[in-house]
Amino acid sequence: MTTTRASVPLRVAGLSWRVRPRGVAVTVGGLLALALLMALNMRLGDLPLGLADVVRATFDPSVPEHFVVMELRLPRALTGALVGAALALSGAIIQSIARNPLASPEILGVTTGASVTVVAGVVMSGSAYGGVSGLFSALGIPALALLGGLAGAAIVYALAWRRGLDGYRLVLVGIGVAAVFTNVKFWLLTVGDVNDTGRAMVWISGSLNGRGWEHVVPVGLALAVLVPLTLLGTRSLDALRYGDDTVTALGVRVNLARALMLLAAVLLAAVATASAGPIAFVALAAPQIALRVVRCAQPPLLSSAVTGAVLATGADLIARTAFSPIELPVGIVTAVLGAPYLIHLIWRARS
Amino acid sequence: MRLQAAGVTLGYGDRIVVDGLDLGIEAGTVTTIIGPNGCGKSTLLRALGRLLKPRGGEVLLDGKRIDGMPTREVAKVLGVLPQAPTAPEGLTVADLVARGRHPHQTWYRQWSSDDEGAVALALEMTGLADLAERPLDELSGGQRQRAWISMALAQGTDLLLLDEPTTFLDLAHQVEVLELVRNLHQEAGRTIVMVLHDLNLAARYADRLVAMRGGRVVAAGSPHEVLTEELMREVFELDAKVIADPVAGTPMVVPIRPLSRP
Repeated sequence: MTTTRASVPLRVAGLSWRVRPRGVAVTVGGLLALALLMALNMRLGDLPLGLADVVRATFDPSVPEHFVVMELRLPRALTGALVGAALALSGAIIQSIARNPLASPEILGVTTGASVTVVAGVVMSGSAYGGVSGLFSALGIPALALLGGLAGAAIVYALAWRRGLDGYRLVLVGIGVAAVFTNVKFWLLTVGDVNDTGRAMVWISGSLNGRGWEHVVPVGLALAVLVPLTLLGTRSLDALRYGDDTVTALGVRVNLARALMLLAAVLLAAVATASAGPIAFVALAAPQIALRVVRCAQPPLLSSAVTGAVLATGADLIARTAFSPIELPVGIVTAVLGAPYLIHLIWRARS
Repeated sequence: MRLQAAGVTLGYGDRIVVDGLDLGIEAGTVTTIIGPNGCGKSTLLRALGRLLKPRGGEVLLDGKRIDGMPTREVAKVLGVLPQAPTAPEGLTVADLVARGRHPHQTWYRQWSSDDEGAVALALEMTGLADLAERPLDELSGGQRQRAWISMALAQGTDLLLLDEPTTFLDLAHQVEVLELVRNLHQEAGRTIVMVLHDLNLAARYADRLVAMRGGRVVAAGSPHEVLTEELMREVFELDAKVIADPVAGTPMVVPIRPLSRP
C-alpha cells in the first residue's frame, strides 16, 4: 500500500497545522457530491419534481408539494446522510484502535446488541407473547435499539478488558459476542409470530423508510457534539497506532485515550442504529474507501464521515427509486454499492 | 539525583520480577544496566520510564513521584525507546521521527517551526537526512534502529532511556549507535540510561555500570569496579578473564566456560 507524506504546513501566528491537500479535496468533493445527491433525492420519487418545484416547495408552505419535500423526502434524506456519516466515523475510529481494517461497530457489539433487543421487543410485544408487551412497546424501537447497542458494547468491553485494552483481544471477543447475539436474534425470529418477525426483519436490514424529523434530530445532535470531540482526539488516535510502550513514552494516557475514542464510536453507532437500524457495510467500507482515496495510512476521520454520508444517501436514492413503487431496505443497497467499489480500490492497489 | 527508584517492587501478573530495588541516576551520566536474561533489567528500565507501574515503592523524577506527574510533562523531559518498538505499516522515516514531537504539540499547534527544526536536527544527528522520505519497512535493521533513536531525539528530552538499542545490529552499527549515545552525552550533556547485552561495549561507553541478578542490584559503580572476574562468576555464572581493552583501557571480558558445566 502506498502512503504519501503529502501534507503541507499551515502556520498562522503561533498556530500551526499540517494539512493534507488530498484530504481537503476529497472532503470538499464529497460534500459537493452529497449536495447533488440530496438535490436528486428531493426531485425523484412517486411525485417527480423539477428543481424549481423543489425550491418553491421548500419555502412556500401553501403548495401541496411542501409536505412531500419538507415532511417526507428531506428528513428521510437527512437521516440517511447523518446516519451514514455517524456509522462511517464510528467505523474509522474502531478500525484505527483495533489496528484492523475489518473492525466495525458490529465487532463492538453495538449493532448486534441493538438487533437483539429490537427483535426481542417486537416479537415479545406481539400477539403470541402479549403478556410482556407493556415495557417494550412503551420504549419504542429507537430507545430499545439505543439501549441494546450500549449494553452490547458494555458486554464486549468488559469481556475484552484485562489490565488494559488490546485491539486484537477486542476484535476476537467482539466476534464471539456478535455470534452469540446473532444466534439469539435468529432464535427469537424463529419463535416469533410471522407478522412480528416480518416487521423486525425490515428493521434489521436497515431501512430509512418513513424516517421523519424525530429521527434527524437525535443523530444530528449526536454528530454535532461528537464530531468536534473526535476531531480533537485525532492526534491521540494517530499516536495509538504505535505500540503501547512507545505511545506511553510520548506522553499519551493510552487506556484513557482508547476508552474515550471507543466511547465516542459506540455512541455514534448506537444513535445511528437507533434511527435507521443496522445499515450494513457503511461503517466497514466508508473508512476504507476514504483511506484509499485520500491515500493515507489510517482512516481519515472527516473524509470517512463524508464518504459514509455519500454512500448512505446514494444507496437510499437507489433503494427508493430503482424498483419503484417497491422500496428496498437501504442496508441491502449500501452493500451492493459499496462492496464492488471497495474491491475495485483494493484491486487497483495491487498493481 | 535525576531519576531514582526507591524500594520498587515490579512484576507482571502474579510474578514478581524485582523486589524492593533502590537505584539512583545522577544527572549528566551514562548508566548501563547489565545482567543475564530474565534478571529484570528491562523491567527496571520500563519502571524508570513510567511504562510499568511499581507494585510497591516509587520512582522519582527530579525528586517528584513520576506517576503523580502529568504523563505529558514527563514526556517533555524523559524519552524512552522501548525494546523492539512497533510502528504502523507504511510509515516513512520522517513520519516516525516527527511523531517524537507529540508531547510538544496541541490541536492548535500541530507542526510549528520548532517541531520542524527538531526533526531535521534529529535526522541529521543520526545520519538519516537522506533517507527521510523512505518507507521504514525498506530500511536495514541498523537504519531502522537509528530511525527510532532519531524519534527519541526529536522528543528533545535531556533524559533518555534506551532498552537494548543495539539489538539486531552488526558490530559496526552497534559501535555507531553507541558513539551517537556518547556524543549526546558529551556534547548535549544528556543523562542516559541503557540496557545492553554486550559487556565490553557496555564497559567502554558507560560512566557507570549496574549489574543485576534475580531482580537485585549486585554491584554498581565504574566499569573498573563492577566488571571483575568475581562478578562474572556471581552474576553471569561464567568463568572469564577480565583484561584491559587494548583500545579504550576499559575492562574487557574474555569468556572461558560456564560455571554450571565445568
